[in-house]
Amino acid sequence: MTSFEPWRAERAEEIIAGRLGADGAALPILHALQAAFGYLPRQVFPIMAKALNISRAEAFGAASFYHDFRHTPPGRRVVKVCRGESCQAMGGEAAAKFLLAALGVDWGGTTPDGEVTVDAVYCLGLCAVSPAALVDGEPLGRADGMSLIAAARP
Amino acid sequence: MTRLFAPKDSAALAVGADAVALAVAAEGRRRGLDVDLVRTGSRGAFWLEPMIEVATAEGRVAYGPVRTGDVAGLFEAGFLTGGAHDLRIGRPEDHPWFAGQTRLTFARCGLVDPTSMADYRAHGGLAGIVRALEVGPAATIAAVTASGLRGRGGAGFPAGIKWRTVADAPGAPKYIVCNADEGDSGTYADRMILEGDPFCLIEGMVIAGLAVGAVRGFVYSRSEYPHANATFTAAIAAARAGGLIGEDVMGGGQAFELELRVGAGAYVCGEETALLESLEGKRGQVRAKPPLPAHHGLFGRPTVVNNVLTLATTPWILAHGGETYAALGFARSRGTQPIQLAGNVKRPGLYEAPFGLTLGEIVEEIGGGTASGRPVRAVQCGGPLGAYFPPTLFDTPYDYEAFAARDGLIGHGGVVVFDDSVDMAVQARFAFEFCALESCGKCTPCRIGSVRGAETVQKVIDGVEPEQNLALVADLCNTLELGSLCALGGFTPYPVMSAINHFPEDFRPSSPSSPLRRRMTP
Repeated sequence: MTSFEPWRAERAEEIIAGRLGADGAALPILHALQAAFGYLPRQVFPIMAKALNISRAEAFGAASFYHDFRHTPPGRRVVKVCRGESCQAMGGEAAAKFLLAALGVDWGGTTPDGEVTVDAVYCLGLCAVSPAALVDGEPLGRADGMSLIAAARP
Repeated sequence: MTRLFAPKDSAALAVGADAVALAVAAEGRRRGLDVDLVRTGSRGAFWLEPMIEVATAEGRVAYGPVRTGDVAGLFEAGFLTGGAHDLRIGRPEDHPWFAGQTRLTFARCGLVDPTSMADYRAHGGLAGIVRALEVGPAATIAAVTASGLRGRGGAGFPAGIKWRTVADAPGAPKYIVCNADEGDSGTYADRMILEGDPFCLIEGMVIAGLAVGAVRGFVYSRSEYPHANATFTAAIAAARAGGLIGEDVMGGGQAFELELRVGAGAYVCGEETALLESLEGKRGQVRAKPPLPAHHGLFGRPTVVNNVLTLATTPWILAHGGETYAALGFARSRGTQPIQLAGNVKRPGLYEAPFGLTLGEIVEEIGGGTASGRPVRAVQCGGPLGAYFPPTLFDTPYDYEAFAARDGLIGHGGVVVFDDSVDMAVQARFAFEFCALESCGKCTPCRIGSVRGAETVQKVIDGVEPEQNLALVADLCNTLELGSLCALGGFTPYPVMSAINHFPEDFRPSSPSSPLRRRMTP
């Protein structure tokens, strides 16, 4: 269960300022902003653009390229379920369908109570214990529908 | 005091290694025993994880797979002195699965505390960098060239030639970039090194840096690897404290600094030029080559981009000699390959062996066949862009050229096994869907061809003019292969066409064994 800070422009400026020294700082900055706020509110891009001396389009463009970056708040628990071939070979798709049906969401969706977001990922490097998932960063292997739902809604 | 070893590898954690380690420590305390629990990486025998090892008079004795409920029983059985128990594996090195391996790159993984420089040194670490400092840059590159080491990320380009190119390239600063963006399903060797033997990678990067005249390195890892990133961050700090990196590397008077960067879920950033764009803080879009990264790489400077395994193998090569490494292997594939068995396989795990095993030996003998007990139907080698091999091609030797001759690739060493319940038309569609999802969008064949490919395979699955649509798919694959900027679009035809060519019955509803027929007759 992850809790995030409420959006504050000053806080965003502080996070960005702390990482300006790095070469190619955009990705570390975006990661840090999302770690703080849970997602990237669109107000963040003008601030980031100014600090990095790039256009807003470049700032937003970098963020929008990558699957990881969210533009709306996630649920309090994020379950990343692997859909790669190794997990497919071990029944991962059926387990994932069970989870999605039980939660009443589609891929990328958040339950109406804001508790759980289910994301599709393509390989967690846990292929030797397929099917696999990452629940708030903690790995889950040899998963099935029941263990996924137990991890998503403990 | 008894020393115990429990894995902290992500895949071991995924099956309860933390809970087992806690239970072992708690049971030891409850019994008033003096137990020192060391957390290591994994030895790679994942069907035995969580595997606990005990240091005994005759060496380390392993037990596994251990569940928390087994812990009290293990203490009862006297496992601290290697006592008999149903879960007793014995000394790992005596187990046939380990005894058959040649562990060079993974010599220490699973044995050592990954964040202890002292442990690293005690297990043969740092011999490579010491040697590199003695012999100097030219002889270092000569040793890597003589070893025949080829890029383990999948492209198989000779590492020594790449290093020589960067060393000779004008311009400064130069960079060492480690590609740890291991996105291929079925592969986890890079993650195991980051979590199990990170100093080996750091040492390899320092060796590369000294050889080509670079003073800065970046490791580009994945956001999907939070535990690996945490361990590697700790290892960088320990390496700096221990003098392996910093202002004065190993007292040799030269500097090398290292930084970990984390990607953001884009598969295409495993492609070296997209990775460089991403490191520069941009969209991870592929660059056209030439210019090569060796001439015009990170921030436009000469850059070595090597995979984790390539760099982590160079300390061994320096310590033991290029010729010693080159003495192992098959044809033009020299040395060893960490093969990663995954999917529906009885014994999933990392098996390091010289090139040249046949695919059948890997799947049937080492892997033990399927986990489900059903017949093996298809084996995808080399990740989502690799071909599906049927058992009739199991005589293919594990070698870059032998796989290429059969329209496949070994890639980063992943081997994903499927049993006979797999529907190869669905797998072919998935290959296109994956390409569509991960395309960087720069070139049209990949960006649009992947979408059209998925739609067209779906028509085949729906029984809409299958022959005509299969001809379209073949034509589209030809365009993707020849017209894409990078391997994402260029190699997507491998899984698609191998599925169509080796498993034609799955694409033709008239065949009695076809899953299509099953789909169409409820």
